[in-house]
Amino acid sequence: MSVVAAYTPDKYGRAALTHATAAARDSGTRLVIVNATRGDSYVDTHFAADEEVEAVRSTLTGEGLDVAVRHDVVPDIADAVLAAAEEEQATLIVVGVRHRSPVGKLLLGSITQRVILDAPCPVLAVKPER
Amino acid sequence: MDMLLNGFEAALTPENLLFATLGVLLGTAVGVLPGIGPAMTLALLLPVALTMGPDSAIIMFAGIYYGGMYGGSTTSILLNTPGESSSVVTAIEGNKMAKSGRAAQALATAAIGSFVAGTIGTVLLWVLVPTVADVVVKLGAPSYFAIMLLALFAVSAVLGSSKLRGFIALFLGLAIGLVGTTTGQARLTFDQPLLADGIDIVVVAVAIFAIGEALWVAAHLRRKPLDIIPVGQPWMSKDDWGRSWKPWLRGTALGFPFGAVPAGGAEVPTVLSYITEKKLTKHPEEFGRGAIEGVAGPEAANNASAAGTLLPLLTLGLPTTATAAIILVAIQSFGIVPGPLLLENEPDLVWALLASLVVANLLLLVVNLPMAPLWAKVLQIPRPYLYAGILFFATLGAYTVNFQAFDVALLLVFGVLGLAMRRFGVPVLPLIVGVILGPKLEEQLTQALALSQGEVSTLWGEPVAVVVYAVIALLLVAMAVNGLRRPPAATEETAEDTEELVNR
Repeated sequence: MSVVAAYTPDKYGRAALTHATAAARDSGTRLVIVNATRGDSYVDTHFAADEEVEAVRSTLTGEGLDVAVRHDVVPDIADAVLAAAEEEQATLIVVGVRHRSPVGKLLLGSITQRVILDAPCPVLAVKPER
Repeated sequence: MDMLLNGFEAALTPENLLFATLGVLLGTAVGVLPGIGPAMTLALLLPVALTMGPDSAIIMFAGIYYGGMYGGSTTSILLNTPGESSSVVTAIEGNKMAKSGRAAQALATAAIGSFVAGTIGTVLLWVLVPTVADVVVKLGAPSYFAIMLLALFAVSAVLGSSKLRGFIALFLGLAIGLVGTTTGQARLTFDQPLLADGIDIVVVAVAIFAIGEALWVAAHLRRKPLDIIPVGQPWMSKDDWGRSWKPWLRGTALGFPFGAVPAGGAEVPTVLSYITEKKLTKHPEEFGRGAIEGVAGPEAANNASAAGTLLPLLTLGLPTTATAAIILVAIQSFGIVPGPLLLENEPDLVWALLASLVVANLLLLVVNLPMAPLWAKVLQIPRPYLYAGILFFATLGAYTVNFQAFDVALLLVFGVLGLAMRRFGVPVLPLIVGVILGPKLEEQLTQALALSQGEVSTLWGEPVAVVVYAVIALLLVAMAVNGLRRPPAATEETAEDTEELVNR
């Protein structure tokens, strides 16, 4: 049993993490933080620095949560989130959602959409506070 | 002086100004991206360039060359991964500066230093090109033969860590240059009519630079992204200016002569400049923790050496770097014969180029100072998109050379060779220079022997030739002595470090 948070080092990822932490605390289950990259560009702003991930992990562990981190280079990010959910027997996946322009939708696929449609469990889509 | 003003007139036409801007933007972008350098870009653009006028094409190429030198520093400073081999040294202090929150100052001293060095270097070219051209015009075929021999020897043996690998690359290049029936005798054509005209240098260059690199990247596609240091507008305080201007000038003084001699390149002077600044600095405690002098000096040195490279290129037709080699190919493709008569036969072209270098430098300063954060964004492009585009243009380029599918097959063969060379650490420069200079070397030899009616002693019958042979002999002796008393691991280690930085 666990809650999976799809994390990115920006306001959307932090919103997802906040809600996932709350959910994990309420149900008393494990929190799995997934932050992945395809590793095909020299710089990926969605991939958190090692120190940042470590800081998040130690803060949450300090608050008494059981935290696991998956911080990997993977072929497909949606698959990585789904695989984490499957292996950790997730009861909930939390993802951050953002506005996308029509051009953005045309050019890029949505990781969130794939997670929502293919997830083995309920998915909580959250937005950062305005 | 008149010629120079004419040159500015040609360089400042709207059309050429546009091409200079295009070159500068493209050059900075490829300079920022590790693995993609000005040499590959020029190789890809060669077929396109042939549809433009020679002056526009050469002006754009010069912009790309200078731009690449600027762009490389951005990646060095922000990512600790040099965009170009000439920026390896910049990463040492530059990245430390960025980590301690002084990225803006590091970028500023790199850009302004490059501008200062590039401008001084260009002014030196204005003075030296006509002077040197007057001298070399009097040289005969035996002297040329000797100078080319020195150039080939130097790029193979002096640069790079392994002499054996250098010579392997050189002889591969010379062998490729032999293919064809130019001498009336069929050599290495394997009875293939398609090989009778020789292998087009464009195909070889595109294959080695573009296909080889694309295959290499494809083999190492997924890696952990690097942490980039966010940066705002580059700027410098009064103190930074005070600490930067001397290293800029010293870097220029080191870079230009190294660029101008065969096998000088940009790597050696940047290292020397770093060492000099480390010795002369008033803040030795800052070296290793982000000293601005360690960025200012090497960045000035690599731009000055880029300017210096043009001196042998324009006066002798001798390329000393891979990028210069491709510029030489471009000049030849327009039916212009590079060499000592270039300035006499094509004064408009040469002076337009020399004038446009100042324009390019100014554009680079304008483009780089305010736009540094934007250039860092180029690094977020996924490599598959980037290299798909490169492969497309490479194939298109190779096909349009002769409109023959056979050239595309050759492209693939040499592309695999390029991959193998990267895999086994064989340098690319000796191969390219070998392909270009090999046939010319033979031409000079034939001419010298024809004039002397087969008397071999003509080869050392000119004083310049004797001096050059003496230099080669000295280099050989130095190499032998060095080989006999090899210093302990200390020097080896730094070489590996820089190599690792480049290959990461």
